[in-house]
This record gives sequence, structure tokens and C-alpha cells, in this order.
Amino acid sequence: MSAINYNDKPGQMNAAIVAKEQAAGHAQAGSAAQAISRPPARLALPAWLGNLLLKSNALVVFLVLYLPVVILIVFSFNSARSGVNWTGFSLDWYNKLLHDGNIGSAAIKTLIVAGFATVISTIIGTMTALALERHKFVGKVVFEGVMYLPIIIPEIVMGLSLLLFFRAVGVDLSLVTVIIAHVVFCIPFVAVIVRARLADFDRRLEEAAMDLGADELATFRKVTLPLLMPAIIGGAVMAFTLSIDDVIVTQFTAGVGSTTLPLYIYSQVRVGITPVINALSTIMLVASIGLVLTSLFLQRDPAGKKAK
Amino acid sequence: MKQLDIKENRGLAAWVRRRPGVQAAGLLLPGLIAFGLFFVIPLLIVVGVSFTAKKAGTVDWTHWTLNNYVSLVTNFAGDFDPLYLNIFLRSLWFALLTTVICLLVGYPLAYFIARRGEKWRAALILLIMIPFWTNFLVRTYALQLIFRKEGLLNSLLLDGHIIKQPLDMMFTPGLVLFGLVYGYLPFMVLPLYASIEKFDFSLLEAAQDLGAGTFRTLRKVLLPLTMPGVVAGSILVFIPVVGSYVTSDLLGAQSSGTLMVGNTIENQFLKSQNWPLGSAMSLVLMAVVLLAIIIYFRVARGDKEGAAL
Repeated sequence: MSAINYNDKPGQMNAAIVAKEQAAGHAQAGSAAQAISRPPARLALPAWLGNLLLKSNALVVFLVLYLPVVILIVFSFNSARSGVNWTGFSLDWYNKLLHDGNIGSAAIKTLIVAGFATVISTIIGTMTALALERHKFVGKVVFEGVMYLPIIIPEIVMGLSLLLFFRAVGVDLSLVTVIIAHVVFCIPFVAVIVRARLADFDRRLEEAAMDLGADELATFRKVTLPLLMPAIIGGAVMAFTLSIDDVIVTQFTAGVGSTTLPLYIYSQVRVGITPVINALSTIMLVASIGLVLTSLFLQRDPAGKKAK
Repeated sequence: MKQLDIKENRGLAAWVRRRPGVQAAGLLLPGLIAFGLFFVIPLLIVVGVSFTAKKAGTVDWTHWTLNNYVSLVTNFAGDFDPLYLNIFLRSLWFALLTTVICLLVGYPLAYFIARRGEKWRAALILLIMIPFWTNFLVRTYALQLIFRKEGLLNSLLLDGHIIKQPLDMMFTPGLVLFGLVYGYLPFMVLPLYASIEKFDFSLLEAAQDLGAGTFRTLRKVLLPLTMPGVVAGSILVFIPVVGSYVTSDLLGAQSSGTLMVGNTIENQFLKSQNWPLGSAMSLVLMAVVLLAIIIYFRVARGDKEGAAL
């Protein structure tokens, strides 16, 4: 972190302290503002001090965020069965992991659920975003409110409401019920992301395509869809991540034999520490970093540049 | 869209094209079915169940009662110790503290990142995004490795002869709070960053040229203009925390000082099979969350208007 290139221009230095003052809290900032409203008494933090505070805050946060994760990774290669003493490098836990049938089947189930949930919620979410952004209909405000509710109500409420629903209609809990639950909570996230892009959409591009003889379907396929693609991919990655990480809703809607990876990990770490879970966690960490990088790469927006 | 008229008007596609209502209905139908069937109806069932009498593992639709709501307020663990009310208050308190701490730490951080050069900005925001996308369970579990009794911190402190007895950090409210901040900080920083990054920093210089000091510039210029980020971040932290149970379960092990409403609801459904009580609790939780959001929006908007004067 010491290699950070501090490229503040002199004029910006003073401004850099402002955010740190934020940390002083509302009440203090408020009274301070009153205290300095008399013209001559102008209170300004020295720029170097402000910058120092900002830098140390950032350094501490990143250390706190990453240290536990690094420790987890390091100990996944420790040969000791328990405890935190380093007894030598070992790939034993990874080997155990590969031969653990429970983990393998949980991983496959997780991917099945995430795959279906992502595809279905991305399609429905995109359609819903198009309907909300481009059409007027009766009860639109109500529908919007209901649709965004899953984002703002606690996940546990969604999980138990679906449990009660499936019990009430006599549907046995299985992977299918998990997929349904995941689809419902992923749709709003996809719709929000796609709709944000639709709001900035230049509709003259579609009109131009139709002036040039493309029919509606061709216009949609060759103009609208490619331009929306970064948002659709962004929504799909969001849905996929939400699905493979979910514990709460899954716990309520999974039946016997539909244990996903997060449920398996949860059941294990509730009991205690096992090095196999360290190894599994490390693999999942690497996978999510890969996913972030891939999604950033995919969202680089080649279509948008061409259109300009 | 006027050009539509000069096109050939044949076939199903053309028929649909002339009717925006049909298009809207077609686009809307899947979402409508998904939400009606698997969201609205289940919620209505929860409302119904919350008024029924307890029957283990099933719902007794023939006996209606208000007892579940009454017992939320009147269930006492001991003298002057309202069990459920305390759990609700604790959850709200934890969620509020977590949100405030995330804001106090996250705002300067987001500001710091937004003021770096382009390359550093991209790298640092990626460092925030990685934990955001990483499995929450895995990250909480990593804290267990450090803070449990036989964990890394105790073993380092013992080896360094700083302490004689291992510290008991697990199962304390402080550690649960730390775990919540640790878990949800990225949810605060990302929207804050998005909003600070759009801010025109020359406004800060302008304010100072016009005679405003550091604190005044902050309160009257930067804060009001980045308020959308503050609101979004606070909501993204507060809501999941108030209903959370994984952190308090793994780091607090449901000890009496760390039990949150999420744990209690989970217990009603997955352990003690008291569905009506669990339903009542979750509806109250939902109402509390919605109320908190409404109040928060009011306050945030009032703050913005006040600051703009």
C-alpha cells in the first residue's frame, strides 16, 4: 500500500480533508459549521493532516478487509488438523475436498440452481424492465412497488413466506422450490440494472434502424439487444452471485437432499472449524474473484463505443 | 415510431406491433405471474398464519387469535425482562450502529478512492468489489479463525506474552458488531463511491475561495451533493443487518447478549415449529424496516434542504 501514487494537485489538497471531517459526526460538524460562520474565524485543517487521516483510514480498512481472508487461505495449506500452529505445507485438505462426495454433490446442486435461476431471472427481469420503462399500463405504480419489495424487505421474510406457501399448496421442498425462490429474489436486481441502462437509451438509434428498413424484430435483435447487453450481463452476473451465495432463502426452501454449497458450509461451521472448509472457502474465494474480473471484462461495452 | 405506418402490415408481428397494449402485456406477464404467485400470495399467507393458534409443524386454519402479537410484547424471560421486545430493540440497535460505523469509515474511504488517479481508482474499487461479491459466510468464517479462543489472535498474544489467559472474544456483542461492519462495509462504500465519483471537485475549491472553511465546505457542498450515495449505502446496510442471523449465529452462537430477531424467527420455523409466532415476528420486522426507511428518507431529505439554504 505504501506504493500508492498520491497524485493530488496542490489545489485539491485542501479538499481532500473534507471527507475525513465527515467522520467527526453530524452534531460536531454542524456546530463547527456554526462556529465558523463568523467571517474571520475560518477553520481549515492543514492539508497534510487531512491527507494523512484519509490515507491511514484507507490503509486500516483494506488491512482489516483482507487480513482474515489471507489468513484463511494460508491455513488451508497448513498440515495441522486443528489449531493455528503452522506445521508445514500440505495439500491434504484439497485432496480430501476432491474426494468428499457431499461437497461434490452440493457444488453441482449449487451450480444447477444458479444456472436456472440466472437464466430465468435475467429473461424475466429484462422483459419487466422493458415493460416498465417503455409502456404505460394500469397499476404500474403498484406493480413497481411490489416488484422492488424483495430488495427492501429482509431476506428471512421472503424465505419463510415461500416455505409457508409451498406447505400450503402441498408442494414438497426440493431443488425446484429453491430455484423458484432464487428466481423471485433475483428478478428485481436484474430489472433495476437493465432499467437504469434503458433510461439512458438513445431511442433515435432504433428509429434510425427502422428508417433504414429493419422491422421491429430485427431492430430489437441488432440494435436494442446489443446496446442493452452490458446491463443484461451485469444483471446476470449479479443474479448468479446472489444465487450461489444465498443461505437464508435457501435454508427455508430447500428440502431434504437439496443441500447447496452455502448450506453445507453453514451446517459445518456452525459446529466448528475444519481445515476442509478452509480449502473449500479458498476455492470459492478464487472463483468469486474470477467472476468479478470476468464480469468487468464482459461489461466493457464494445457495442456502446461502436454506436457512438 | 411514425415510420411504422409505411411498413407492411401483415402477419402476427405486425398485428402485435400495432398494439402497444399487447406488447406491454406480453412483456409484463412473466414478471406478474412470478411476483403474484411466489411473492404476494406467500406474504398474504404469512399474514394469515400470524393470526392462527400454534400447531407444531403445520397451520391450524380453524383457530384465530391475536396471541402471537400480544406475546411479542408480553413474553417475559424474567422480571422486567421482556424477551422478544429486547431482541427487537437489540437488532435495531445493532443495525443502527453498524450503519453509522460503516458510514463513518466508508465515507472517507470512498472519498479517498474517488480522488486517486484513474489507475489507482480502478484498482482500489476492485479491492472493495471483491469482498462485495465474495461469499458472506466464508468471510464471517474467516473471522472465526482469528477470534475464537484457540484462534490466531489469542495464540499470537499468548506467544508474545502480552496476555496470560486466552481472551474470550467469541460470543460477545462487540465481536458480532465487528463482524457485521466487516461483512457489510462494501455495501456502503460502493454506492458512496458511485456518488462521490460524480461530484465536481472544483466546487470544493470554489466554496473555499468564497470564504468557507473546511467544515462548512463539507457540510454545505460535499455532503448535500453526495446525499444519494449516503441514502443508498445506509439502506443497503441497515436492511440486511436488521434481519440477519448468520453473523450473530457464527460469532455470537446465539448467546443471550447477541441474539437477534433473525435468529429468533429462524428458531420458530426451523427448530421450535411455532410458525404463527414466527410469522407475527417477521411481519413486525418487515413493518419496522419499512418504517425505518420512510423515516430515514424524511430525515435525509430534510437534511439536504436544510443544508442547501
